[in-house]
Amino acid sequence: MTQRLQWIYGWLLLFPAMVMLMAFTHVPAVTTVINSFFSTPRGRREAKFVGLANYENLINDPTFWKVLTNNLWYALATIPASIFLSLLMALWVNDKLKGRSLVRMSFFAPTVLPLIAVANIWLFFYTPGFGLIDQIRMGFFGLPENSWLGSQETVLICMMVVTIWKEAGFFMIFYLAALQTIPPSLREAAAIEGASRSTFFWRVTFPLLMPTTLFVSINAVINSFRMVDHIFTMTGGGPDNASSLLLFYIYEVAFKFWDTAYAATLTVVLLVLLSLIALGQFFFMDRKVHYR
Amino acid sequence: MKSLFKSLTMAASAAALSLGTLASAHAVDLEFYFPVAVGGKAAQTIEELTNSYMEQHPDVKIDAIYAGSYQDTVSKALTAARGGNPPQLSVILSVDMFTLIDEDVIVAFDEIATSDDDKAWLNSFYPAFMENSQTGGKTYGIPFQRSTPVLYWNKEAFKEAGLDPEKAPANWEEMVSFGQKLVKKDDNGNVTQWGVRIPSSGFPYWLFQGLTTQNGVILANSEGNKTNFDDPKVVEALQYLVDLSTKHEVMAPGIIEWGSTPKAFFEGNTAMMWTSTGNLTNVRDNAPFDFGVAMLPAKERRGAPTGGGNFYIFKDSTDEQKRASVDFVKWITAPKQAAKWSMATGYVAPTPAAWETDEMKAYVADFPPALVAREQLEFAVAELSTYQNQRITRIFNDALHAAITGTKSAEEALKDAQAEADRILAEYR
Repeated sequence: MTQRLQWIYGWLLLFPAMVMLMAFTHVPAVTTVINSFFSTPRGRREAKFVGLANYENLINDPTFWKVLTNNLWYALATIPASIFLSLLMALWVNDKLKGRSLVRMSFFAPTVLPLIAVANIWLFFYTPGFGLIDQIRMGFFGLPENSWLGSQETVLICMMVVTIWKEAGFFMIFYLAALQTIPPSLREAAAIEGASRSTFFWRVTFPLLMPTTLFVSINAVINSFRMVDHIFTMTGGGPDNASSLLLFYIYEVAFKFWDTAYAATLTVVLLVLLSLIALGQFFFMDRKVHYR
Repeated sequence: MKSLFKSLTMAASAAALSLGTLASAHAVDLEFYFPVAVGGKAAQTIEELTNSYMEQHPDVKIDAIYAGSYQDTVSKALTAARGGNPPQLSVILSVDMFTLIDEDVIVAFDEIATSDDDKAWLNSFYPAFMENSQTGGKTYGIPFQRSTPVLYWNKEAFKEAGLDPEKAPANWEEMVSFGQKLVKKDDNGNVTQWGVRIPSSGFPYWLFQGLTTQNGVILANSEGNKTNFDDPKVVEALQYLVDLSTKHEVMAPGIIEWGSTPKAFFEGNTAMMWTSTGNLTNVRDNAPFDFGVAMLPAKERRGAPTGGGNFYIFKDSTDEQKRASVDFVKWITAPKQAAKWSMATGYVAPTPAAWETDEMKAYVADFPPALVAREQLEFAVAELSTYQNQRITRIFNDALHAAITGTKSAEEALKDAQAEADRILAEYR
């Protein structure tokens, strides 16, 4: 009897969280998968079952492959760069230096600002001719003006720079918190043993930071598929989809082209991709990160 | 205890207030979505106009909701309509007409506006604006926030380059030859002033349609189910656009940002620019030099697309609401209101009668460039509009971008775009 009561209590306690999770995560995800097997309903035409037709379209859609490749390059460049930069900044502001809180604050400032707002600032930096970067290039080095966002070669790199600048400060906070939990006695012991700074970092600090690195890298991966606000403001995915990413393309297909079935199909791809990455990170890396 | 008593009295008086409003609530409620694509004055003017309408018509309550850009507005209106709660009326891009019909969310004005007076009103607009507002013999949109691209030029830069400051380029060849004289370089050979600027970010098809029209070709049929992207004349027009940067070197290479174009003009980065008449008031307020406004240059003929937003009435409303919406649209497009709107923004007043009002005459006498857009309407054609419009224009934009950035030749890019458009539009034929 009491066991049964406990069972009911357990479920009752779980209930609120479960309802929220179901309503906003699981049900939509399942609906998305179902929708991807139907055609898009439009006004007078009902949705009908089309089997794998949407997936065939997907494989034959050059834009899809383009945004997917863009997204992979984007992830490959922004994840390591922002992690490296954030670690560097955290190590620097963890030391005793003059104006430490000012430096910390300025590193963190990009995180606080809304991405749409900073995208507008960066838009000015990149403006050809009279934008900040070109003014410096032309004024000091006598170089010709350059259309940073208007050329297919540079536009994605420009987007990556904004993302790294935006993310590094956020990750720095996690590294900083982790660094402050490392007991000072370790450093003292290392100093007595005569270990150099770099040995100390590679043998002690870095391994102790591994759980944070795992956490940060998972976040960075998610963000590299999730942060697309600046693309709306800065390029709209152009020129010729050179700066379009998977999520941005999904938005376009769903809310500009109103092809909801195809958007659902693209979402399934994103879902599968992210689940695989997350599983990989948790199961394979989690075993190796904890310092024993 | 005291605070409890206070909150109780407040609740009671709030209830009394809402009862009071209920008593007079036989008024018609209208929800009205509007976008803003130019400076801040537009939103303010819309609110002034709706407020003064409500003062004159106490039985109508209009909730004017600023819905963001054109893109945001159509998204919000469609989402709301799909959720069964559409606005009663909205200003949406004229080119989204086919999309709205396809989604079955709007009604034709002819179905509601049936009196003789109404019919006369439907016929009172410039035909160039109606091309994008009618299909299958029915009127689905009423022109309101409409514009057309024009050429702005810097008279001082023209004088400096030894050109006649009062004369804008009349044709394609002149635009190149003027441009070549206007290009200025510094000691390192870097360009500090370009000849001309035709922005190509975002929605390049619109200004490009100026070039194709001048070259005597129409981009899509009026049924909205067939495009002519790979017509040799379209290819020629695109080649001209590409040549401006690569061969003649009078325009900056790569994709040129739409938003910073007026700024580039003010800063002297370019001596001529193509942009919407919707920017007229902005240029008038901010250009630090004497400027001129002219029709776009001609090739085989003069030509330009129209652009901007129309009023649409949504299906899922009561008959009373639909009638009230028509009355409101009729009022706001009446000469006096249309003139006020046009003067505040630079949008082209959509009826000849609006240009005959005293206010408008005084404005034009003081500021003649405002007339250029109206004169150009004679040569204007419908903006590119098809079924699945956003997707088709996206395909076309991508092709233009590919040619401008040099990844594909003009011919190749347009051929690919046509094939893609054919595939999508096949089911509408």
